[in-house]
Amino acid sequence: MNLLRLFGKKTFPRGIHLEEHKAETNAKPTRRLPFAPEIIVPLAQHVGKPAKAIVFKGQLVTRGELIAIADGFMSVPIHAPVTGTIKEIGLAKTAQGGKQAAIIITTSLSSGQQLLDSDIQFDYLQMSREELIQAVQNTGIVGLGGAAFPTHVKMQTPADCSIHTVLVNGCECEPFLTTDHRLMLERIEHLLQGIRISMKCVDAPKAIIGIEDNKMDVLHAIEPHLPDDNSIRIKAIATKYPQGAQKMLAYSLLGIEIPSGSRSSDAGLAIFNVATLAKIGALLPKGHGLIERTITVTGDSLENPGNYLAPIGTPLRYILDHAGFKGKEAGVILGGPMMGIPVRSLDVPITKGTGGVLVLDERATRRDDISPCIKCSSCLQACPINLNPSELGLLAAKRQYDVMEEKYHLNDCFECGCCSYVCPSNIPLVQYFRIAKTLNRERHLQNG
Amino acid sequence: MAKSDLKIDIRTSPYIRKAPTVAQIMRNVVYALLPLVIYSVYHFGISALALILVTAMSCMATEHFFCKMSGKKSTILDASAAVSGLLLAMTLPPGFPLWMGAVAGFTAIAMGKTLFGGLGFNLFNPALVGRAFVQAAFPVSITTWTPALATDRFVEFIPSTLALPFMKPLPTADWSIQVAIDGFTGATPLALMKFQGIITDSYDLFMGNVAGSTGETSVLLILVCGAYLVYKQMLDWRIPAAVIIGTAISAELFYFIDPDKYPSPAFMLFSGGLMFAAVFMASDMVASPVTPLGIFVFGCLVGILTVVIRLFGGLTEAVMYAILFGNAATPIIETYTQPRIYGARKNKQDKS
Ligand code: SF4
Ligand code: SF4
Repeated sequence: MNLLRLFGKKTFPRGIHLEEHKAETNAKPTRRLPFAPEIIVPLAQHVGKPAKAIVFKGQLVTRGELIAIADGFMSVPIHAPVTGTIKEIGLAKTAQGGKQAAIIITTSLSSGQQLLDSDIQFDYLQMSREELIQAVQNTGIVGLGGAAFPTHVKMQTPADCSIHTVLVNGCECEPFLTTDHRLMLERIEHLLQGIRISMKCVDAPKAIIGIEDNKMDVLHAIEPHLPDDNSIRIKAIATKYPQGAQKMLAYSLLGIEIPSGSRSSDAGLAIFNVATLAKIGALLPKGHGLIERTITVTGDSLENPGNYLAPIGTPLRYILDHAGFKGKEAGVILGGPMMGIPVRSLDVPITKGTGGVLVLDERATRRDDISPCIKCSSCLQACPINLNPSELGLLAAKRQYDVMEEKYHLNDCFECGCCSYVCPSNIPLVQYFRIAKTLNRERHLQNG
Repeated sequence: MAKSDLKIDIRTSPYIRKAPTVAQIMRNVVYALLPLVIYSVYHFGISALALILVTAMSCMATEHFFCKMSGKKSTILDASAAVSGLLLAMTLPPGFPLWMGAVAGFTAIAMGKTLFGGLGFNLFNPALVGRAFVQAAFPVSITTWTPALATDRFVEFIPSTLALPFMKPLPTADWSIQVAIDGFTGATPLALMKFQGIITDSYDLFMGNVAGSTGETSVLLILVCGAYLVYKQMLDWRIPAAVIIGTAISAELFYFIDPDKYPSPAFMLFSGGLMFAAVFMASDMVASPVTPLGIFVFGCLVGILTVVIRLFGGLTEAVMYAILFGNAATPIIETYTQPRIYGARKNKQDKS
């Protein structure tokens, strides 16, 4: 492997090559989506504690106004995505089929693009690290690549870890999605600003932007804007799934392995998605909050696939209508085809962590017969973590969930889906692993 | 897991897939075996053809029968039984009595596969189980070789082929001498080497112009067919490679010690169906390890055992036993060769 790193393209071992399906959307400039008549803003759009609503029914809110505050450090505030009236603070459907607390806003007909101006202007260069991290929290930003982990928490690195490099993840290795691609072409200044802010937050001397080599236009667009002191660099690595996973990225760019069971900070790295940093760069200096994000709307039976700048809380039905969805039946997925979440209702809003809305016809709903594992070892040759999905799958069938965890490193599986993708027996391996992890977690809770 | 759970299961990510199905893989193995079948029919005539048909039909019928017996959907269409049947036929002598071929086919599927729970659960390569059974049951027939390229091979059966069930097949020795182009002794290159110290020319071995099992003839053709499967990504090239490495190194070792007494590595590689076994038998996915290191260990083990059994054991068709042994060792090999995961810690203390 080390030899490969020296002579070949920079990448990680194993993984899979996917059809990209990016051409439908990656050449079109991002367009703004109009305001939907009703906006649904869930209070828990991030990992951690839900935000606390500070508005009441019938209250008028202005676009950009704070409507829910962070509940402690592991939480972020929420700002009004549109000008309108609070219709209700109640329950709204979630993509997974449950219900959760949300603020529902009836958009005012006169709602325009104007923002409630913040009275504070920040000069981040003059701020201390603590002040900066606080300011990041105030923007309400979470990992926009899909993780939805509060970014300021990630920036608060433990005192005993010193961060040597900020890795900026611009791989976008999921097929179909192109928001990061467009953003890296359209928002270079914001991105670089955000990178500088993040470097200051984690006290890192250098940053590397990692992109897959299917986006060389990005490399050429960004290179002239990079500082002369080489503190920020951009590197193209092989186009391979899951190149955008943190562990793969660390290996491909620097040859560093993040030790099993620990965070990237333990390896001296802070890893952020390009979209997250570009938003920080755009919002933080002005004291604004996160009220909209870019999403890729693409897939089958769409007349206008493309990237849309959409207010957070826009219902999927509105988005699909706008993109000209003509089909009758389809699977709708939040995120990419490898790791996205299937939605059960179109009345679900997009949230801060939604990077794409993907419409797939029979592909998503196709059900093949599952046959026994024939030990073809394809899954072992695909797993980027070098697990043994074949053995894990056999153990799952025998319900030996504890053995999976103790002997076969179940918890190192990050559910990338490579093993399921290649399995000739159609075994839903990842799904088995998800169930096993959930059951293990419950068991551990019971045992104290 | 309840049935209702499963329905939702399949609709979770990933939503795209790209893999040949098990049936596609098996069908391609059949395609890859066809040239070998044709070549052996060309070599050994209608007897070989009849034998191949009988064992293949026997395997498929057995598979179908047991599926129906246990009320399952018949798995005959996944072509794995056909693969076993073809493989089995290729390991038998061309003049093997047809009724014994049928017995071998039945045993291969019944004992080698169904007994373990069907495809995916079998510990051993079913074809080899069938072969081992008939080797024990009919020791004479399975070591009776007839010459290749006999003059009337397309119109006349080898006398033993049509033996009636439970009857002793007709002796073939006289017939062999009669039909052979040049003085045929009824011995395979391995037997010649072992018992008479005659080393067959490597070129003849390579082209398959020698006596032997139905399918262990042309090394060249075997390699080409194997390459097709590797190209289709339906054969793990690492297994044959490891078998070849194991055989070559251990043979070289003996050859180095005493070149007069022991045959050269090239002879070892090109004779006795080693290539056929390496490419098509040892590589049986189900009965070989899945871990990368395990695959290498398994292959080398099979290669080394083959050489040792050939040189010091009584059985010339050593590679078949070596693979069965390798199959048996597979679970142990796997236990000790689990891959090192990304970010693995060097020792436990690291964790704190
Ligand atoms: S889902 Fe888990 S086991 Fe499967 S390839 Fe990805 S990391 Fe490996
Ligand atoms: S890919 Fe599927 S059939 Fe092949 S070894 Fe893995 S689990 Fe078994």
